[in-house]
Amino acid sequence: MTQNVQYNFAYLDEQTKRMIRRALLKALAIPGYQVPFASREMPMPYGWGTGGVQVSAAVLTPGDTLKVIDQGADDTTNAVSIRKFFQKTAGVAVTERTGEASVIQTRHRIPEAPLTEDQILVYQVPIPEPLRFLEPRETETRKMHALEEYGLMHVKLYEDIARHGHIATAYAYPVKVEGRYVMDPSPIPKFDNPKMEMAAIQLFGAGREQRIYALPPYSRVVSLDFEDYPFEASKAEHPCALCGATHSYLDEVIMDDAGARMFVCSDTDFCAGRRAAGHLGEMGVPVEEDRT
Amino acid sequence: MSAQEAGQSGVHADPSHQAWAAADPLLRVSGVSKSYGGRIGCADVTFDLYPGEVMGIVGESGSGKSTLLSCLAGHLVPDRGEVLFDTRAGGLRDTMTMSEPERRMLSRTDWAFVHQNPRDGLRMGVSAGGNVGERLMAVGARHYGQIRDQALDWLDRVEIAADRVDDRPGAFSGGMQQRLQIARNLVTGPRLVFMDEPTGGLDVSVQARLLDLLRGLVREMGLSAIIVTHDLAVVRLLADRLMVMKSGRVVEAGLTDQVLDDPQHGYTQLLVSSVLQV
Ligand SMILES: Nc1ncnc2c1ncn2[C@@H]1O[C@H](COP(=O)(O)OP(=O)(O)OP(=O)(O)O)[C@@H](O)[C@H]1O
Ligand SMILES: [Mg+2]
Repeated sequence: MTQNVQYNFAYLDEQTKRMIRRALLKALAIPGYQVPFASREMPMPYGWGTGGVQVSAAVLTPGDTLKVIDQGADDTTNAVSIRKFFQKTAGVAVTERTGEASVIQTRHRIPEAPLTEDQILVYQVPIPEPLRFLEPRETETRKMHALEEYGLMHVKLYEDIARHGHIATAYAYPVKVEGRYVMDPSPIPKFDNPKMEMAAIQLFGAGREQRIYALPPYSRVVSLDFEDYPFEASKAEHPCALCGATHSYLDEVIMDDAGARMFVCSDTDFCAGRRAAGHLGEMGVPVEEDRT
Repeated sequence: MSAQEAGQSGVHADPSHQAWAAADPLLRVSGVSKSYGGRIGCADVTFDLYPGEVMGIVGESGSGKSTLLSCLAGHLVPDRGEVLFDTRAGGLRDTMTMSEPERRMLSRTDWAFVHQNPRDGLRMGVSAGGNVGERLMAVGARHYGQIRDQALDWLDRVEIAADRVDDRPGAFSGGMQQRLQIARNLVTGPRLVFMDEPTGGLDVSVQARLLDLLRGLVREMGLSAIIVTHDLAVVRLLADRLMVMKSGRVVEAGLTDQVLDDPQHGYTQLLVSSVLQV
């Protein structure tokens, strides 16, 4: 598909992209720090990834290959519409294969396949402020970040254990970056937290809240916990029913009205790749090599 | 010291040099003034507080007690004057010229502030245990079991049953909320506690129990405290020394028994006699 001539490349005007790139550079220079930026109206509602879309628009070049996932899948409405948006406005190549993409925009997952130094992972972020839960005042949370007053994060974890007997926070599990800033990793499952120490650049965009933050490659990212309740990157205790993988994050799928369930990889590309390579779970069927 | 002894020693001015002269002051307040536009909040307040001493501040409504306390605790910036605190690391330091991080560190370690309304001093969305544990976690506690044990210990000390540890403060009575606020403040062993009407807004019987508890804690922990109240029974029970405020100024100061039993200033005499008539 070719670029539609009535749009500037990747929809945003050059001035806006420069502004966002400046915010991105600052965010990369101070890992985990939330940089304010002047979020633009995008032709999609907030909650549909406007922050991530603006970040992607600012980093995309005509030579890039874009992959968009929502909950690990390339074929959900949100992922499809964002992919189409950039096909139309930037004319870039798109792919569903993690290894072929140079820019990956994601909501709620990190791909299973390790990313490389020449890739960029862009997260859509609904609420960037990890302290919001206990301290609603923005003036106060800024001060707490500035002064490294992070005791409240542990109050939240304490409450979890007191109520559930374990740290029940399963998504958006808070992390400390490079021993300094506490950061909300966006609503990825905590299973993905250890992957954030990766080779690729990670950029986080919150549209409604007008914040950008980032992790440079190989940043130290530590999930908060207690000495006697250490962090665990948990997942459902099953292999994938389709590809048999035992170390991927699984979605639970309801099969029929009788409540039959199966667990399958949430990363659809990873699952298809394994099946193409001959791995089969108990309900799996082989896929053709020429999958798209 | 009883009123008689005080009377015999013939001291009617600030007796701190006699009673506490051995130690250096924990807090040195000089010439603190704060006005709101043209209206005086408090004016030219000077006193020293020594370690282990409880100072009561009494006065009618609007006399400037809360304003003074807020200035001392760093919640308000006075227009004039100095507030020096004996820091662990650097000795007497002016809390006004201290950097904000230092001041905030003080207020969650060496200082504590008990508000009149427990809702101002508690996190209502957090369990009782979490409320007590917050200051521990703020200074680096990272062992859940130990934090919880300390929270339970403190709930016990303020007479809240252990099985309420996971309840939120909203489910507590006013008196329990106030006791929880006290536990939350004292858990890190602060060196100076500010209290603004800690028994205000409570039923008389509940007040008595809270006072009893506070008195026990003050003695047991050797707390240094500044307690604002307009209830003379509170200062009678808790305070070693007393300052009487009127229209923003301190009109009389001295040992509690001495001031209450032999008030010198006309206003104090009125205050004391009105209480005795009740
Ligand atoms: N925020 C404010 N703005 C303007 N005036 C104020 C403010 N706070 C207090 N004042 C005034 O300063 C004076 C002292 O008030 P303050 O609250 O310190 O008295 P108080 O002794 O604590 O009274 P109370 O016993 O009613 O709590 C009063 O005249 C009051 O009206
Ligand atoms: Mg007051």
